[in-house]
Amino acid sequence: MNRTDVKPSVAPGVRLGQVSFVWRPWIVSVSLLLAAATFLVFCLSIGVGDFPIGLPQVIATIFGRGEQVDEFVIMDLRMPRALAGVVVGIALGVSGALTQSIARNPLASPDVLGITNGAGTVAVFLVTVSGGTAAAIVNSVGLSAAALLGGLGTGLLVYFLAWRRGIDGLRLILIGISVSAVMEALTTWLLVTADIRDVAQAQAWLVGSLDDRSWDEVQVAVWGTLVLLVVVTTAAFQFKPMHLGDDIAAGLGVRHSAVRAVLLLCAVLLAGVAVSAAGPVPFVALVAPQVAMRLARCPTPPLVASALVGALLLTGSDLIARAALPVGLPVGVVTAAIGGPFLVYLLVRANRR
Amino acid sequence: MGTIAAERPASQVTTHLRRRRVVGLGALVLILVAAGAVSLAVGARALSPGEVWHGLFAAPESDQRLTEIRLIVETVRVPRTVLAIVAGVALGVGGALIQGYTRNPIADTGLLGVNSGASFTVVTVIAVFGLTDPFQYIWFAFLGAAVAGVVVFGVASIGRGAGNPLTLALAGQGVTVFLAAMTTAIALSDQKSLNALRFWNAGSVAGVGFGVIWPVTGFIAAGLVLALITLPALNLLNLGDDVARGLGVNIALSRTIGITAITLLAGAATAACGPIAFLGLMVAHVARYLTGPDYRWLVPYAGLLGAVVLLVCDIVGRLVVRPSELDAGVVVALLGAPFFAALVWRGKFKNA
Repeated sequence: MNRTDVKPSVAPGVRLGQVSFVWRPWIVSVSLLLAAATFLVFCLSIGVGDFPIGLPQVIATIFGRGEQVDEFVIMDLRMPRALAGVVVGIALGVSGALTQSIARNPLASPDVLGITNGAGTVAVFLVTVSGGTAAAIVNSVGLSAAALLGGLGTGLLVYFLAWRRGIDGLRLILIGISVSAVMEALTTWLLVTADIRDVAQAQAWLVGSLDDRSWDEVQVAVWGTLVLLVVVTTAAFQFKPMHLGDDIAAGLGVRHSAVRAVLLLCAVLLAGVAVSAAGPVPFVALVAPQVAMRLARCPTPPLVASALVGALLLTGSDLIARAALPVGLPVGVVTAAIGGPFLVYLLVRANRR
Repeated sequence: MGTIAAERPASQVTTHLRRRRVVGLGALVLILVAAGAVSLAVGARALSPGEVWHGLFAAPESDQRLTEIRLIVETVRVPRTVLAIVAGVALGVGGALIQGYTRNPIADTGLLGVNSGASFTVVTVIAVFGLTDPFQYIWFAFLGAAVAGVVVFGVASIGRGAGNPLTLALAGQGVTVFLAAMTTAIALSDQKSLNALRFWNAGSVAGVGFGVIWPVTGFIAAGLVLALITLPALNLLNLGDDVARGLGVNIALSRTIGITAITLLAGAATAACGPIAFLGLMVAHVARYLTGPDYRWLVPYAGLLGAVVLLVCDIVGRLVVRPSELDAGVVVALLGAPFFAALVWRGKFKNA
C-alpha cells in the first residue's frame, strides 16, 4: 500500500446476471491453491495402502481411464474413506465459519452447539451400557446412526431453547455451552462407571475416525453436504452485510434474523453430517475458519477458504496417520495435533510483522 | 427502590449501591457458612449437628461410636469441605478474570490450557513412570497446568500486539487442542492411563488430604492476592487498550500479573480436583448480573458464588446416588447448566 495515495482503493466488482461479487485476487488464489493441495493429498491418500498405486494411475482412474484392477481397489475400497475425509472437512469448516461469524466470537465452534457432545453421549451410552435395549438399538440402526440422531436432537434442542423472538448469537452460544456441559458431564459419568474395556472403545469413538468407511455411510454425508452447501451459498450473499451490524444490514434490505436462523440451522446440520461420517472429530471446525481467515487475510471467516482448509486438514491428517505414523492413531488426534500448533504459528507470525 | 435515582445527589446513590453490594456479599458469606455446616453433617452416614460438634471439638473419647464419628468428620468431611470452598473461590475468581482479560463472554477457566496441561502430564507420568496414586501426580498436574499457562501467555506476547485479548484466547485454544490430542493418543495406547484419565476428568473434591490441600491453598492465596492487585487496572483495560494507556495503566504489566493469577488459581484448583469445567464461566456471568461490570465487586462475588456452587454440588452428589457418590464436577454441569440456561433465556446477561 502506498501511504501517500489518497484515493480510496475500490476493489473491482464482477457481475453475472443477478449475482455480483467483489473481485479479490488474493482470496481467489489462496482458495485455488488450497483446492489444488486438497486434490493432491486426496489422490496421494488413495494411492497409499497395502497395494500402492502411483499418482498418475490414481488420477487416470478417477477420471475413468484406469486399469480394471486399479478401478476396483480405488473405487470400491479406498474412495469412500478419502471422500469422507474431504466431505467431513468441508462440512466442519463451513459449520465452524458460520458459527464463528454469527456469534462474532472466534471461540464459538459447532462443538458448543451441542451436536458433538450430544452424539458422544449417546454413543458412549450405547457402548458402555451392556443392556438388552442398547444392544438392540445398535444392532438395528447402528452406532453411528443412533449417535447422529442424539447429536441432531441435542443440536435442535439448543436451537429451540435459544429461540426467543429470533436467534441471538451470544444467547445461542451460552445456551449451547450449557447443554454441551450437561452432555459432557453425562459422558464423563458414564465413562467413570463403565467397564474399562468398553471405555477404550467409547474413547476411540469419541475422537472421530475414518477407518473402514463404506459407501453407505459416506453417501449420506456427501448428499447432505451438497444440499446444505447450496442453501448456505444462496444465504451467504445476504449474510455479507451482517458483519456491519443488524441495523445497517436491515437498512441494506437484509432480513437479518431470518438469514441468521437459516444459516445457524445449516451449521447445526453440517456438523451432524460430519458426525455421521466420521464421528465427533473435535477442533477442525474451531481451527479451520481461524486458519483460513489468516491465510486469506480476511477480517471474518471466509466460507470457501474455511471449507478447503477443513478438507485439507482432514485428508492430510488421514494420510499422515496412515502413511507416516508408526502406530495407528484415529484421524481426530492427528488433526488436533497439527491444527493446534499451526494456528499458534499463524498467530505468532502475524504478531511479529 | 422507592425513589428515582436521579432525584438524589450522586453521593447518596453510590452509598446506596455500595450498601446493597456489601449486603449481598454478607448474604453470600452466610450461605457459604450454612452450606459448610451442612457439608459436615451430610454423607453416606448422616450426622446430627451435635455429633458433628463432637467430631470437631470433643476430646478423644473411649466411646467407640464417637471415635468413629470423629474419624469421619476429621479425615473425610472437613478436608472435602475446605477443598470445595478453596477450589470454588479459585475457579470463580479465575473465571471472572479470564473473561475480563480476553474480553470474551464464553471464556472458561480451562482456556489458558491449564486443564489440558494438567491432564496431559497426568496421563504422561502414569504411562511413563507407572504412578498410580493420585497424591503422586497432583504436583505433576500443577506443573503441567502452569507450564501450559506460561506457554500460552508467552506465545500470545511475542512481538507487537503483545497479549491482546483475541490472540490470548486463540493461542490458548491452539495449545489446548494440541495437548488434548496428545493426551488422547497416550490414553488410547495405554490402558492404565486411560483408566486414571476417566476418573481424573470427572473432577472431584473428595479423597484429598490436608497434605495436598494446604499447599494448594497457598498457591491459590497467592493467586488471589495478585488478582486483587490488578482489579482496578482490569476495569480500565475493559474500556479498551488505548483508553487504558491514556489513563496511565501499564498494560503489559497488568496483563502479566492477571494471567499469572489465573494460572495459579485455575492450575492449583485443577491439580487438586481435576478439571471442573463450566463453573467459572457460569458464576462470572451471574456475578456480573448481580454487581454490574465493576471488577472490584464482580470478582469477590464470583469467588463466593463459585465456592457456594461447588460446595452445594458436592453435597448433592453425596446424596443422590447413595451409598455411592456423583463427582462434584459432574453435578456442577448437571445442576448448574439448566439453571444457567434459564437465566440466559430470560435475557439476564445482556451486557455479557
